Amino acid sequence: MNVNVQFREEGDLLLGFIEGEIDTFTAPTLRDELNSICISEGLFIELDLLNVSFMDSTGLGVFVAFYKKVMRENANLKLVNLSGRLTRLFEITGLSELMDIETIKKGD
Amino acid sequence: MNILKQLKAQYKKILLDYILNQNESNLYIGQNLIKQLIQKNVTPEDVIGIHKQAIEEIYEDLPESISHAYDFLIELMVHFGLKVKEHQFLLLKQEEMRIEMDIAAKIQNLLLETTIPTPELLDIGMVSIPKRKMNGDYVHFLHDDENYLGVAVTDVVGKGVPAALCMSMVKYGLDTLGYANSNPSYVLEVLNKIIEKSVDDSMFVSLFYGRYNLNNDIFTWASAGHEPALYYRAKENIFYDLESKGLLLGILPEFKYIQHDVKLEKDDFLVLMTDGVTDFRKLEEFDSRGYIKQLAVSYSRLSAQQMCEEIYKDLERLQDFNLDDDFTIVIIKK
Repeated sequence: MNVNVQFREEGDLLLGFIEGEIDTFTAPTLRDELNSICISEGLFIELDLLNVSFMDSTGLGVFVAFYKKVMRENANLKLVNLSGRLTRLFEITGLSELMDIETIKKGD
Repeated sequence: MNILKQLKAQYKKILLDYILNQNESNLYIGQNLIKQLIQKNVTPEDVIGIHKQAIEEIYEDLPESISHAYDFLIELMVHFGLKVKEHQFLLLKQEEMRIEMDIAAKIQNLLLETTIPTPELLDIGMVSIPKRKMNGDYVHFLHDDENYLGVAVTDVVGKGVPAALCMSMVKYGLDTLGYANSNPSYVLEVLNKIIEKSVDDSMFVSLFYGRYNLNNDIFTWASAGHEPALYYRAKENIFYDLESKGLLLGILPEFKYIQHDVKLEKDDFLVLMTDGVTDFRKLEEFDSRGYIKQLAVSYSRLSAQQMCEEIYKDLERLQDFNLDDDFTIVIIKK
């Protein structure tokens, strides 16, 4: 399995659509993709995880590292369209209290 | 140079003998010559070169195309030889790495060996199985004078060597804290600072820390982003999730952890585990915690160690004997 990210810019907002499985093997690819983003102060980054079918704690590590980087640059990060399973992962780890996440809306 | 000339002449003679009479003894003489060639560091493509020259001398009217065919073979063999060497080199490297990994795994097992304490009033069991050679899970017990029992169940994000190194740090942090009567929230706060300082941004640890007061059976616990433990209250035949929204260790240095208490009574038990126990990649909608509760109740008459082993066997079977992650479960029974 693989992971791939498509970016789209809308003014001050950078949208990233992540697709695939995020595990020990694909996490480096995701990390490189996210690190390629040029973060400017005040930028809003929204990562859409709708098509992430699996993620383990290594994937969580990638998002945490990216979150810290974004915070250092005084930019904003939001993760959207998390499945119930992903939401639980962020809740158990206490990360949902720290990071801005949004669970997938029912009926979408 | 002379030696090579000599060998060439010998080869030609042996080849000619074999062309005239294809018997075992002529073949054997040829095989012996190869031994000598190897000693003189003659490569297989050189042998083809010698063979080509011999054939050209034996058959003077040999078509040029056959000579080209030999040249082609020589070129291929040169390439072939390089590839074989490369392959052998990689095999050697792989073997070296395997040996190093074995040593590292042995050291890790020594360093991170968990001794299960045996306080008089509690029955404690544990199973911890790594997915690969190095275990990213770790269980640490502290037990002093029949007053307190401390237990830490931890999981490092990532696997293999980096996880194992990080785990050693957690172990020494816990060793340094040293006292079984420490407050769980304090233990987490100290470890959090150590880890936050020492590891990179994508590395963190989840840890569940519990302190059992052996005098009054109060279990005090705090969690840093860890899979909630289960508490089974026998009188009600109900499980409670020991949830807490503490952040993973190693993310925010000043994070405050909150601790909670439960009081255990006769036949109550606690199930502490890592996400390798509850997270099934292939069974997405499966209520793993519900299933573990069922298993735990059905085995609750067994000893804590037997319960852990039976639950492990069942979950392993459920995932076709191919667990996705390091697997650690600890059961503490009153």
